[in-house]
Amino acid sequence: MKDQDQGKYRPLSYFQLMEISLRELLVEKGILTNAQVDAEVENMRLRTPERGARVVARAWVDADFKKRLLENGTKACEELGLDVPALKLLAVENTPQVHNAIVCTLCSCYPRMLLGIPPDWYKSRNYRSRMVREPRAVLAEFGLNLPEKVQIRVHDSTADMRYIVLPMRPAGTEGWSEERLAALVNRDSMIGVAVPKGPTD
Amino acid sequence: MNEARFKPGERVRVMKAYPPGHIRTPHYIRGCVGEVERICGAFPNPEELAQMRDGLPAQPLYRVRFLQKNIWPDYAGSASDVLEVEIYQHWLEPA
Repeated sequence: MKDQDQGKYRPLSYFQLMEISLRELLVEKGILTNAQVDAEVENMRLRTPERGARVVARAWVDADFKKRLLENGTKACEELGLDVPALKLLAVENTPQVHNAIVCTLCSCYPRMLLGIPPDWYKSRNYRSRMVREPRAVLAEFGLNLPEKVQIRVHDSTADMRYIVLPMRPAGTEGWSEERLAALVNRDSMIGVAVPKGPTD
Repeated sequence: MNEARFKPGERVRVMKAYPPGHIRTPHYIRGCVGEVERICGAFPNPEELAQMRDGLPAQPLYRVRFLQKNIWPDYAGSASDVLEVEIYQHWLEPA
């Protein structure tokens, strides 16, 4: 980063070159247009964790919606106008007895349609290898220390399902609107490496 | 689509095999015994898809729950901690 700040010339990396070559070839051969590529990049940029937060807040205020969400995450998201294409979404619920966390040890499967682009640490070898091996140590590094009596349930997202953690609603938020509740829900709490903080925390 | 051989609650063992190619069964879980948490449906076999074939018949996909202490003998944490992994049927055998 420092080098860039100083305006030093940096050649393209292997993967940057690969991306440009592949994209140009696809366009040249008429398989994709530049406009389609731009639209998809824009779409990716528009998908942010606020989408997931809307789902969580709705589940907190509407018990029937929560039931449907836990039964069929994909369908429940459609109710909110959120398209979760071509894969299945599983919402896993935190309770006073169970804390859920998500990882993909094989690559970096992530519920992009609800949380957007994954953070770099989610794709790091460190997180991916240690989250299944010593989850309590990893969570502690995120500042989350859970008592022994809470069961940690780690979900390794290896195949066709995608996961979102449904955190517990913080105390002291009775009567809050969905919008206000949604603002408490951040990305990390839907991956399961944090919990939402309420007004009394 | 292949019939689902296992029901939720049934004990299963992940096969201890090391075939080449694109495999969605993590190494660390091979040979471990767990319990079927749910059946996720059936999906084209990713090992076949990776070879540009159609992946049919679709393989039932399970979420299998393992006790952490059964995966890592020196697991540091609560004895009730669990790990859940998606495993395709052809990687599972009765246990």
